[in-house]
Amino acid sequence: MSTEPAASGQTVAQGQPVASARPAAVSVAGVGKVFASRKGTDVTALEAVDLTIAPGEFVSLIGPSGCGKSTLLRLIADLDTPTSGSIEVFGKTARQARIDQAYGIAFQQAGLLPWRTVRANIELPLELHKVGKADRAARSSELLALVGLSDFADKYPDQLSGGMQQRVAIARSLAESPGLLLMDEPFGALDEMTRERMQTELVRICAETGAAVVFVTHSIPEAVFLSNRVVVMSPRPGRIRDIIAVDLGRAEGRDEGLREADGFFEAVVAVRESLHGESAGAPAARGVDIR
Amino acid sequence: MTRTGSPLGRRVLLGVLGVVVLAAVWELYKALGPATGVMIGDLTVLPRTSDLAMPHVWDMVARLFRPVRSAGDDEMMWQAVLEASFFSLGVAAVGWLVGVGVGMLLAILMQRFRTAESALLPWIVLSQTVPLIAIAPLVKRWGSQIEIGEFSWENWMSVALIASYLAFFPVSIGALRGLESPDVNHVELMRTYSVGWWATLIRLRLPASVPYLLPALRLAAANAVIGTVVAEVSIGLRGGIGRMIVEYAAAAGGDPAKPWAPIFGAVVVGLLAAGVVALIGLALTRYRRGETPA
Repeated sequence: MSTEPAASGQTVAQGQPVASARPAAVSVAGVGKVFASRKGTDVTALEAVDLTIAPGEFVSLIGPSGCGKSTLLRLIADLDTPTSGSIEVFGKTARQARIDQAYGIAFQQAGLLPWRTVRANIELPLELHKVGKADRAARSSELLALVGLSDFADKYPDQLSGGMQQRVAIARSLAESPGLLLMDEPFGALDEMTRERMQTELVRICAETGAAVVFVTHSIPEAVFLSNRVVVMSPRPGRIRDIIAVDLGRAEGRDEGLREADGFFEAVVAVRESLHGESAGAPAARGVDIR
Repeated sequence: MTRTGSPLGRRVLLGVLGVVVLAAVWELYKALGPATGVMIGDLTVLPRTSDLAMPHVWDMVARLFRPVRSAGDDEMMWQAVLEASFFSLGVAAVGWLVGVGVGMLLAILMQRFRTAESALLPWIVLSQTVPLIAIAPLVKRWGSQIEIGEFSWENWMSVALIASYLAFFPVSIGALRGLESPDVNHVELMRTYSVGWWATLIRLRLPASVPYLLPALRLAAANAVIGTVVAEVSIGLRGGIGRMIVEYAAAAGGDPAKPWAPIFGAVVVGLLAAGVVALIGLALTRYRRGETPA
């Protein structure tokens, strides 16, 4: 996380951008997305979404299917364009940010090219952007070590387990040292055991790289364990229902024990109540104070 | 490619066994079948078993090791057949290369422009319904009018062109399917790398198309060989297997084993063509991981 995780997390949670020279990692303002269907019935996937994410901050998007969380991620990635509103990534338009390779991305499927070795897969973005051979090899060795796959550099994706493939995909998304990572349910297809191990590892990797993360997930514990803030979304039309700040301490402190800590449970409950709208009239708990 | 785990020796043995079984069935039917052939109504469904219609396997093989004309001191039959085979193989190879090139270009064009796909695909399918016999004389006539400086159109080029006409079809269809085979995931990944269509083609679409392309190349090779043999006959090109089959068929009355020699030659040409494609497949093994059945 960033050098002042608690401060940046809280400031942004109150809706005020961090007052610093650095622009926000992601700044979403009044964004709506309408998918026009052929029958003339338009589907509103997102409506009036505002969200600011500070550099180094880990933000999860959570909500039921159809709440537009993946759509929002795709808009930030410039894989789709918003119908209204604006999106900035590090002060640039989403399109410019994509062209400048300001972000790395990982999907639910690892999406590795089966004819490339693990190393060659990690080097793919570098190769496409004309990075020299020696630099590529140095960078991929670094990343292989980071995700703990140094011994598998020359294996092909079909020789790897699902969790390993996903780690390769994460290494690939980090290849160009982006300041922002976009992840669309990257652990969705993994079994629970592997999933928890991958979460612990992702926390460590993010701490080491200092990248901001937008993480789409279905899992409440996953969102709480990983995030500085959890953005709860509701469907039809997709909008932000709640932003819940989770303060579980610095990355180094996040280990398996955390999953059994009281603060963890409290945050899980807060997210769940917000998600199900169970707080019976009262506004869902905002900015749950854990400590 | 884990499924081809059987050792090479066993596969060769099985291949030889297949030929032996075929020869045995031939001889068995010849020995036991009715002399008039098997008839259903007026229709002959299995041939007569006379020496004229079905020479003994050993007669056909022995014929290969006698001179072309039984009386003269010509070259050996197998030499003549082999020469003709290589001639035809060469023409078929040119036709195959042209066909593969054209097929790939069409597929890439159709992948790139959706309108090109709707405009071209029906014509590509339609092109294969035109009978070869009909276009061969046309190609020959058109070709004979081409003369550019030193270059003049020759008959073998007409044959190669017709072979390519048959070969391009499976390639264009197979390659199009292959080029469109990458997941949305992969295509979007390339988009996030903000690389253009060309880089996506080279790094993603072409490698991904290999599992679809190889069966298409094999089909194209078979088509090119058939196209060559048939076009040699209808254009009247000398020196190849097709012409030889027609010439020797005339001699069947006095020398029933003779027409079979160029037929064996055609089989050899087909095997060699298939072998070359198999070698291409071996060279591209890396791109066939997690191969989809095509």
